Parts: sequence; structure tokens; C-alpha cells
Amino acid sequence: MGTPTDLLHEWLSRRVSEQSLEWLDGQLGKLRDASGDRDLVITLGMIPRRLGKDDLNLSAGDLAAADAARPGWDPSLWTIETAARVLALLAFSGNEAAFLDAYKELCRSADVAEAIALYAGLPLYPAPEKLVDQAGEGLRGNVRAVFEAVAHRNPYPREQFDENRWNQMVLKALFIGSTLDPIQGLDDRANPVLARIMCDYAHERWAAGRQITPEIWRCVGPFAEGDMIADLKRVAGSSDPQERSAAALALTASGAPEAKAILVGLTAESAALEAGTLRWKDVVPA
Amino acid sequence: MMFIDPHAHMISRTTDDYEAMAAAGVVALIEPAFWLGQPRTYVGSYIDYLSHIVGFERFRAGQFGIRHYCTIGLNSKEANNQELAEGVMEILPRFALKEAVVAIGEIGYDEQTELEDKYFRLQLDLAKELALPVMIHTPHRDKKRGTSRSMDVCLEHGLDPAMVVVDHNNEETVREVLDRGFWAAFSIYPSTKMGNARMVEILRQYGAERIIVDSACDWGISDPLGVPKTARLALDSGVPEEHVRLACYQNALSAYGQSGQIKEDDWLNPPAIDQRTLYEGNSVLRGGREARIEEPGAQRGMDKLIIE
Ligand SMILES: [Zn+2]
Repeated sequence: MGTPTDLLHEWLSRRVSEQSLEWLDGQLGKLRDASGDRDLVITLGMIPRRLGKDDLNLSAGDLAAADAARPGWDPSLWTIETAARVLALLAFSGNEAAFLDAYKELCRSADVAEAIALYAGLPLYPAPEKLVDQAGEGLRGNVRAVFEAVAHRNPYPREQFDENRWNQMVLKALFIGSTLDPIQGLDDRANPVLARIMCDYAHERWAAGRQITPEIWRCVGPFAEGDMIADLKRVAGSSDPQERSAAALALTASGAPEAKAILVGLTAESAALEAGTLRWKDVVPA
Repeated sequence: MMFIDPHAHMISRTTDDYEAMAAAGVVALIEPAFWLGQPRTYVGSYIDYLSHIVGFERFRAGQFGIRHYCTIGLNSKEANNQELAEGVMEILPRFALKEAVVAIGEIGYDEQTELEDKYFRLQLDLAKELALPVMIHTPHRDKKRGTSRSMDVCLEHGLDPAMVVVDHNNEETVREVLDRGFWAAFSIYPSTKMGNARMVEILRQYGAERIIVDSACDWGISDPLGVPKTARLALDSGVPEEHVRLACYQNALSAYGQSGQIKEDDWLNPPAIDQRTLYEGNSVLRGGREARIEEPGAQRGMDKLIIE
């Protein structure tokens, strides 16, 4: 079984010219025994110019190998530049202390594509617990793709974030019009505080006459009781089929007796649940 | 007609301006690193500024369908603070190779001090090392001598004039800049630099070869529609359409395209990665505000054509 470094190198060697690969290998060699970060900065800057920015286009087999090498690692949407930049960071990370300093500096001066690579690579770097605050910075900006590099298809938040940071990340995903399904561990890390925040948010949106993504109820279902059940009842009565589907999924997760009663009224959705054809990832805003 | 505004300090402009520019046909713009109206006092504020113009400002422009590029440099006024200047010179290589950085700039002289000269030269060397074009800011005071001197120093450092855009020209400087083979840019900036009626006269007299029109809009009284307004006025005054296209679009693309970081494809066929990063998000609509699209030009527009 290959290490992440082996896998990244193999994938890139399939996608870039021999000449580009030779250049990259030369840079990686320099980075392995670099003391300062000048070579790292130049390498990261030159990568898209030398290797291009195309999608990495991994096969199902590649993705399975990634998950075996590092559980939860999901490079399915990575580009060539992201893969090469993460590879360069891994080459440099042999000296843990130097890496931690350099990582922070790089995040401070990154452009959008670089920031995506820096954050998408989070599950692969040494001493992941020391990068939590920096990962939090990645969530704090206004560029959606950078936020999603931390939040989506990344095992890092579920493994490293405390409850408040986790809840804020999920809530912000809604605020910037992002989706929840690609957040790993969304169901495992659901918690009563998040359920309450989500219901408050829904009331705010309703009061303003605004749309709410039906995905929101996924965070509510397992903890729904009292007023929250009333909210789900309201959603179950919606004319929008996506909302009714979300209500059915959330009510199933609830286990409260009133939830079961409402579910009885959702005949089509209940049948789909029974047949296993209704899943959260199918519930997306219209 | 499509326009490029190759000199616009959007960090100090509003979303309203972006909407008006897009409605008037601006497809791309370049944000040169410059000062903020008052000097920065720490290298840290430079780092944040540069990462803003290579990052969030690009994204914000993309939200309005405008492709954003920038240039990286230490400006002449801040070159006079030596401690700051040393710090900035150290971090410039960190930013000069970012995506969509099309030149080292805007650099050059302000008061024409020794320190300005020192850091101008060091940055010309950096541009040469990284194979990037240069954007030169010519001084407001003693402009004629400052412009000649800027070009002398470029040649002394072995730069090809075809890689250097000399900006903020006027009737007094244009001849020499063109004769020496440099690109001559003009900032249509009310009251202090060029008016667009004067610009039309220059186009009539010199044609459009190596001439570039920009707005240089910033935090001062300036007009982000400087390029489309000049184009309209030129066409109305009978300047050939091809000359207008060169001065308000193609020449900037040719000059800064030498960086490899700006090409027509960027706005005609935006690549997938850019759709992901620039066109999908909604983050300028903070706090879940609904998107509200104004009628193009409803708030700002082309009706007041002359810029004096
Ligand atoms: Zn300027």
C-alpha cells in the first residue's frame, strides 16, 4: 500500500510531461533538505506554470487507494496544481517545526488556488493538532472555494475541531450558500447545540420570508423534540418535494413518538425511505 | 466592444462600480499594487494588502463577471521608509509568482530620492529574474525629467522596452516614450492627469500603436468608467474603431500578456477552476442577503461622458 506521497507522485506522473515531472522531482529533492522556505515559496508559485491547472481526474481505484492510505482522504476534486503543491509541502514537512512556521506564513500570503491546496492537504501534514487555528482561519474568509477546501471532502474538521468550531463551520456553510452533504462526519458530529442553532436560523429566515436549504434539517433530526418537532411538522407540510423529503429523513432520525405520527402522513416519502431510494445527498435546494 | 482597464485600484471602489464597469463592457482589469492614501508603517500591512489584491479582490471582481489581475511592487513613496522597504523587498518574491500577477508595478519615482532610485532598480532586477513585465508610475512633479530617467534606468538594467509600460503620460511625455519603444499608458483621471477629450486628440495625432488607456481609479475623485467613456468619445469623434480597440483593449492584453498570466480565453472561455473559485460563490452578499441584480447602469452609467 502506497503512502500519500507515493500516490500523489504516481498520479502526477500519469498526467504531466516527462520534462515537467523532472522539474518537479528536482524541486522536491531541494525541499527535502531545505532549511529556509524560499525554495518552497518559488516551487509553489511555479507549479501551475510548469504543470498546468487541469483536473487530476482520479479513477475509483485511485480514490480507494487514497482512502486506504489515509482514511477519509478524498482528492476526487483535486487539480494537478493542488496535488503537486501538497506533494511539495509534504516533501518540506520532514522538519516539523520549520513546516509549522512555513505553513502559517504560506496561508497568510496565499492566492485562492494556493489556499485551496494548503487547506485540502490538511489531513496529510504532520502534527495535525497544531494546525487547528490555521484551519479555522481558512473558514474565516469570504471566498467560498477556500472555505470548502477545509469543510468539504476533508476528514480534518471531524477529527480536529471542537464542538463550537464545528458548529460554526456548518452554520457558515449555510450562510455562504454552500452545501452540507460533502462535510465528512456531519451525522457523527451532530449535537443538540447545533440542532438548536439550526432551528433558530430557520425561524430567522422564515420571518424574513427567505428560502432555507432543506439540508438544514439533517442537523436537527436526531435531537428533535418539542418545538423542533413542530418545525419539522411545518416542513413536512411544504408544497416543495425537496422539503418534504428532508422532513421525512429528519423525522426518521428523531425517534420521538410525535415524529413517527407525522411521518405516517408522508406516504410517498415513507415508501421511498423504505425502499432505500431517499438519501440526504438527494435533498438539494431547488 | 470589450474593454480592459489596465490600471484600477479596486480595493478602494464599491460593488456599484463593478456593476457599472461590467455593464459598460469592461471584461478585465489590472490592479497595480500602490499605496493606500497614507503610508503603511509595517511590512505586515503590506502582506495583508498584497494578499488581498491577489485573493479576495480577484474573487469579488469575478462575482460581477470581471476578470481581475494585478501587479506586485513596492511603490516609490513607501520606498523612502527604508526599514519598511527592506521588509517589502524580502516578501515580494512570495507574491510576484501568484496566479494572475501580470507585472512588477507600479514602481518608479515620486520625489526622485536616492532611496526611490535604489528600490526601483532592485525591482527591475526582480522583474528580469522572474521574466515579468514592468508597470512604471511616473511622478506628478517634475514629470518630464522623471519619465526620461525611468526609461534610462530600465535600459541600463537591460530591460527590453517592449516589456515596460510607462504610465500617467501626457502631451509632454508621449513622444519620447513611443520613440524609445516603450508602451505609453494614459490615466484618464479628472483634474490631475488626463481628460478624455485630450486623450482623443492624442489618438488622432499618434494613432494607437503601443498606446494604452486606463482609468487609474482609486480612493480619489476618479471615474471607473474612464476606459469605456474614452472609447465612446473617440468613436463619436471619428477615431477609427481599430485604433479604439487597440488603445482600450488589445494593447494592454499584448503588453501584460507577456507574463503568461492574462489571455483572452480567461473571459471568453473561463476554465473550470475559475468557475469554481470565482463564479459560484455568493460571499459578497454577506449574512445570507438575497442577490438583487440592478438594471445595468441604473445607479452609475455612461450618461456623463466627458472626463476633465
Ligand atoms: Zn495607480
